[in-house]
Amino acid sequence: MIGKVATILLAVVALPVQAQTMADSQTDHGAHQATHDEPAVPQGATPPVPTDHAAEAFYDSAVMARARAAMLKESGGIAFSQLMVDRLEYHAQKGGDGYRWKGEGWIGGDINRLMIKSEGEGEIGNTLESAELQALYGRAIDPWWNIVGGIRQDFRPQPQRTYATIGIEGLAPYWFEVEGQIFLSDSGDAHLRLEADYDQRITQQLILQPAVEVNFAAQDVPELGIGSGLSDFELGVRLRYEIAHEFAPYLGINWERKLGDTARYARAADEPVSATSLVAGVRFWF
Amino acid sequence: MDSLTLDRRSLLRGAATLTLAHAFPAWARSGTAGLQSGPEVLSGDLIALTVEENHFGTAGRSTHAVTINGTVPAPLIRLKEGQTVRLAVTNRLREDTSIHWHGLIVPFQMDGVPGVSFPGIRPGETFTYEFPIRQSGTYWYHSHSGMQEAMGHYGPIVIDPAGADPVRFDREHIIVLSDWSNVHPHMLLKRLKQMGGYYNLQKQTLAGLLEGKDQSLKDRIEWGKMRMDPTDISDVTGSTYSFLINGHGMSENWTGIFQPGERVRLRIINASAMTNFNVRLPGLSMTVVQSDGQHVQPVETDEFQIGIAETYDVLVQPTEAKSYGLIAEAIDRSGSVRGSLAPRIGMAAPVPDLRQRPLLTMKDMGMDMAGMDMGQNGVIDLSQPANERMTGHSMKMLDPSVAPNVPMGPGVATLSATPSDRAADRPTGLEDVDHRVLTYADLRALEPNQDVRPPTRSLDIHLTANMERYMWSFDGLKLSDGAEPIPFRHMERVRVTLINDTMMPHPIHLHGHFFQLVTGEDAAHNPRKHTVNVLPGGKISFDLTADALGDWAFHCHMLMHMHSGMMRVVTVRHGGEMT
Repeated sequence: MIGKVATILLAVVALPVQAQTMADSQTDHGAHQATHDEPAVPQGATPPVPTDHAAEAFYDSAVMARARAAMLKESGGIAFSQLMVDRLEYHAQKGGDGYRWKGEGWIGGDINRLMIKSEGEGEIGNTLESAELQALYGRAIDPWWNIVGGIRQDFRPQPQRTYATIGIEGLAPYWFEVEGQIFLSDSGDAHLRLEADYDQRITQQLILQPAVEVNFAAQDVPELGIGSGLSDFELGVRLRYEIAHEFAPYLGINWERKLGDTARYARAADEPVSATSLVAGVRFWF
Repeated sequence: MDSLTLDRRSLLRGAATLTLAHAFPAWARSGTAGLQSGPEVLSGDLIALTVEENHFGTAGRSTHAVTINGTVPAPLIRLKEGQTVRLAVTNRLREDTSIHWHGLIVPFQMDGVPGVSFPGIRPGETFTYEFPIRQSGTYWYHSHSGMQEAMGHYGPIVIDPAGADPVRFDREHIIVLSDWSNVHPHMLLKRLKQMGGYYNLQKQTLAGLLEGKDQSLKDRIEWGKMRMDPTDISDVTGSTYSFLINGHGMSENWTGIFQPGERVRLRIINASAMTNFNVRLPGLSMTVVQSDGQHVQPVETDEFQIGIAETYDVLVQPTEAKSYGLIAEAIDRSGSVRGSLAPRIGMAAPVPDLRQRPLLTMKDMGMDMAGMDMGQNGVIDLSQPANERMTGHSMKMLDPSVAPNVPMGPGVATLSATPSDRAADRPTGLEDVDHRVLTYADLRALEPNQDVRPPTRSLDIHLTANMERYMWSFDGLKLSDGAEPIPFRHMERVRVTLINDTMMPHPIHLHGHFFQLVTGEDAAHNPRKHTVNVLPGGKISFDLTADALGDWAFHCHMLMHMHSGMMRVVTVRHGGEMT
């Protein structure tokens, strides 16, 4: 969102120059073809698909079958993988600096994939505050969206929780990366997490990424300090420099805020309700 | 492989200090006088080829290559129309290999596609191909196994006509164009699957917008709404590729010798894995005399686009004793290679600046603007009517009703709503250049086509994709999805229309046949081709006489598109057997 607003503001300044460029770049559409006046070719009847393999008249059928299986697999059936640590970062903030990580990996084909996701945070010199790991099955359902489902295990905070999860992730119009997951814990509490980010390419290597995360809970979970309703949100903007696509250090600002009962739980525990951090980190993948 | 990619720069520095012994066949050596008979030209009735792994380096970068008889490119095979040839291919790799004779009319069991025409050649084995030579012209050969073709496994074939050659020339050179990366092709494909635009370092940026470059903000927002990138011209680019002429990079300046006034025949073959080129010789007019090995009526031009696997023979007549540049520019302008035609070696022609990277238009997205509101001065106002239409029912970017036979799914991101026949269009990026540019409609067969029966059946094939997921297919199905073969009856005449639902040109190759591109009314002179480059968002038709019994491969010649599933088996059977 921030990226888009900034784009619009900046572009207004640049508009007169744009008009000139537009006129220059569009002179190529003068030559339109007249539609051909050809006699229509009949649709005709498609012959049946043969069930034999012609090469088996010359080569051993078992040998051909093996070669055919290999050829089919190499024509779209190969599996790939990726491990992406999207954020590994230091948080400089009032009341104690901290660290965070967030990443995911997948292995599989174009449609079906096994995935892991992990995120967590802690305070420097103190205990790990939160750590979650998800094991998911992901399936592409249309050109832009995947559904994911699986299990999330929270190792911190205590008490540990296990959640079943189902969600959707993908690329929304205007190139927004969007993700939403519902979590249902082994204690019966339900949660919703929504995330979105956007890559604004400033140059080929310098990329500004605004990101937002919002959490909802269906009920109070006092032992985890979560109140029902909109429990917290987080806004961040990170400026990364892609030394390679696979390796990009970044700087940014992150602001988070607890709301409603969640904020009340925090105040009661003498914890801050909001925090603003300067972040420095690295994104890498392979 | 990961570390290879991550450490590429340091590797490059290291490699630059090595002295590389280049082994080139005579015709490919810089300073060659052209094609001559000699011990290095493979001719005759029995030819031995050995496929093995070697090192190959260019521009200070060296890595593993798959070579034939020790060289990249592979040796020239020069044959005579009417002869029968036996080619004994020995595999010294640790994996299977194969050779496909691209454009040669051979019995299907000799066509060299593992899993379709034969089992492939196992490590340590020798397989002997044998077939009669029934044609003449410029062709090439390459591996159809794994991604060996991207690692150097390609070479030229010249077949001399049995009778007089209708093309008069004083000297001939072979020009094999290719792309070369020291990153293994499997890693290139992996990166594309991880990030579809990985190799595109010419995307639109905010800095560009501020400088007034590229699309206006309004167009950027409209294209962003569709999740379409107008800079998506090529998948693998000059960001990792060196482009080669006869195995020589830019700095190595491959040079072919001529004497002023000579008519020089250039047999140009695009043996790239992933690169379509624009080819020109600044200061020289080219006369195109052959395409895909088939004679065409001579036509003059200043520049042409050569899709992967296509061949063009052109005549040039340099009159001055100076060096003329032979420029092959990747169509996304991410890089180029310059060779020289010169009276002697050591004269390097100037290297023209890379021209501006083109931007795709709505026409490239299959939304032909013909008949739509025109702006002033004959210029289409892209920003106004198009956007309204786009959101309306007539101009959806994914309207399943325009392709009822294509199943919708993750692999089909767009369908061309109103694809136009682009046979007469200048190819991508050459729309605006201020000199002559060859189009398919300029090609007319020299020898009339033998079969000019009107087609009795029509067949549409959609070229489908999802760039973000890096999925490529025909009719929405990858071959690995269990797609059925495309059946033909022996000797039936079929009008095949290829509809490009993607924003990238696709060089589509049918094995075992020449088809006739439908470029005009005169069926006798429509050009015969084995590979046709279908322009983005458009369509092109060809008439096919299914005269070659057997099973044949049919695929996009972008190697990674084929490997992603943009391939089919085509079957040709007797009508009697069909019932």
